[in-house]
Amino acid sequence: MAELAAEGKTPEVLFWVGCAGSFDDRAKKITKAFARLLQKAGVGFAVLGTEESCTGDPAKRAGNEFLFQMQAAVNIQVLNGYGVRKIVTTCPHCFNTLKNEYPGLGGDYEVMHHTRFLQDLIREGRLTLEGGTFKGKRITYHDPCYLGRANGIYEAPRALIRQLDAELVEMKRCKTRGLCCGAGGAQMFKEAEKGDKEINIERTEEALDTRPEVVAAACPFCNTMLTDGIKNKEKEQEIKVFDLAELLAQAADLE
Amino acid sequence: MEYLPNILFLLALVAGVGFFSRNIHRLIRNIRLGREVTPEGPRSERWKNMARIALGQQKMVVRPLAGILHMIVYVGFIIINIEVLEIIIDGLLGTHRVFAFLGPVYDFLIGSFEILALLVIVAVILFWLRRNVVKLARFWKPEMKGWPKKDADWILYIEFVLMCLFLTMNAADFRLQELGEAHYVQAGAFPVSSILAQAFQGMSAASLVVLERAAWWLHILGILFFLNYLYYSKHLHILLAFPNTWWASLSPKGEMGNLESVKREVALMMDPNADPFAAPAADAPPPEKFGASDVMDLTRVQLLAAYTCTECGRCTSECPANQTGKKLSPRKIMMDTRDRLEEVGRALTASGGAWEPDGKQLLDDYITREELWACTTCNACTEACPVSIDPLSIILDMRRYLVMEQSAAPSELNVMMGNVENNGAPWPFNQMDRLNWASENETSA
Repeated sequence: MAELAAEGKTPEVLFWVGCAGSFDDRAKKITKAFARLLQKAGVGFAVLGTEESCTGDPAKRAGNEFLFQMQAAVNIQVLNGYGVRKIVTTCPHCFNTLKNEYPGLGGDYEVMHHTRFLQDLIREGRLTLEGGTFKGKRITYHDPCYLGRANGIYEAPRALIRQLDAELVEMKRCKTRGLCCGAGGAQMFKEAEKGDKEINIERTEEALDTRPEVVAAACPFCNTMLTDGIKNKEKEQEIKVFDLAELLAQAADLE
Repeated sequence: MEYLPNILFLLALVAGVGFFSRNIHRLIRNIRLGREVTPEGPRSERWKNMARIALGQQKMVVRPLAGILHMIVYVGFIIINIEVLEIIIDGLLGTHRVFAFLGPVYDFLIGSFEILALLVIVAVILFWLRRNVVKLARFWKPEMKGWPKKDADWILYIEFVLMCLFLTMNAADFRLQELGEAHYVQAGAFPVSSILAQAFQGMSAASLVVLERAAWWLHILGILFFLNYLYYSKHLHILLAFPNTWWASLSPKGEMGNLESVKREVALMMDPNADPFAAPAADAPPPEKFGASDVMDLTRVQLLAAYTCTECGRCTSECPANQTGKKLSPRKIMMDTRDRLEEVGRALTASGGAWEPDGKQLLDDYITREELWACTTCNACTEACPVSIDPLSIILDMRRYLVMEQSAAPSELNVMMGNVENNGAPWPFNQMDRLNWASENETSA
């Protein structure tokens, strides 16, 4: 972003990579897949790179409103400094925070989750998917809480799966009643409280009930939780967990 | 002596309504202990929500069987209240079936009340079976032990008895009309009680009058009793569902409000001209408490919600933490908030209005930290609630107290927050490495 700004250019959209997308080895693949899709569609995008910082979501949900608002203040200063108007992100937590919680702190942007953004690119004909990599494959989709219930986005990710010519099989608990993967509310960063089961195992079992070939996710944290769940069930050879960006990139022969 | 029944009726009515309004005043006083909130967003949207969710029962039917049964009891309750209006007028004036002049309309009304009453009896029996024979898991969670369980059953028994009294009254009336008894005007259609009346065939007019009067009195006294039972019961939802849906947040569920008190602090920290050593003005109010450790720290909307909760447990049955055996139950969060608020309210009544700290609070004495830290903030509970209660907001406010006032977060979360503070990410990675993904192997973005 800094380089473009120095040249006096404004990108079409800012890609907010997020902490997971920047540092987590698994999530980095999602970041790259989405970047390739943007390049293929000819979208002029920028990233903040080293100027990006955590949105503050896990701090806020853990109860540290102070740290959250400090993070927000810094990020908003950077975003407003570059005159950013439109943001796309592959993380529903960043998406929710930027879209819903930053406006009240002086950060007003048009914020899109990458599934909606990709849906628009396909609709506008900027991104075409040839090759039937996933034709007829059984794919089940896990609704991330912060995309689904939190922001009412259920259709865009499903529309993308249909674009793949794949067979979308729904889990018993889906859409508004989708079961959490167990990572939200800062749970990702701590051990779970005492119980008789891990939430990600419960969700993985439900996903396995649909006899899928692929479990599609739309959140780097859900991805981790489900990947761990599948490994726990020793099914990682047969069943893969992919983000929708990765599925689309594979279908577009970008990987 | 002629007016004795009228006078007794008036006394019962005044006592019943008077006691009820005393309790409603207490309820309002207790809710007002909470922090004030101004409703945001368009009011028209709020009215629409109330019409859709409370009046229209939109979220009840997400679970079709319970939804339909509830709809029957709900419609029955509202419609049959037209009959209560007639009973009150009759009781005060000494008339009998004062609305009889409506003719065919009256026949239609009484006929539909009867059918509804029968349907309510069926629904109530099915509800009882679901609780006590089928034993649906959500009715048998730990927080349902004791009074909550009895309360739920009592409500069903009272409704059952009230409907039976209503039909008995009509059945006796029907027989008396057949016998052409004076004072019993020929009015009404009795599709259900006419069948019941066959059991009264052998009875004399005098005993029928006794039966009819007894059922009539017990029915109206039962209704006045039930009205006053509400305040002591989870059944308050029949009234509070309406204001609660009106006051419910209009924002996307994912949005958690930005604390104003923190906003001021952060603005001060970010202001290069602020004097870090400035002493607060002598008349400055004491710094606001961050988050909530007791009911007075919560908002009025949260306290209203605590009274509104009818302990159906849909939230708990959808909660991922509860489903995997953790202690957290969103329903218990609401029940605890209400029970603590009632405790504070009772102390206020006893002391004449002045609050003396009682050494207890909502945190730890009611809601444990283990429950609070088990939440994934997934919003399944708020989505499931048929009357738009938000247990998650209470959990978050209590976490805020633990973290910002007590520095009592689980140590792993402290590590995470330290990382966010120092490297701008929840993990210990260097911010300067944020763009490394772009240069790793093939791509250059």
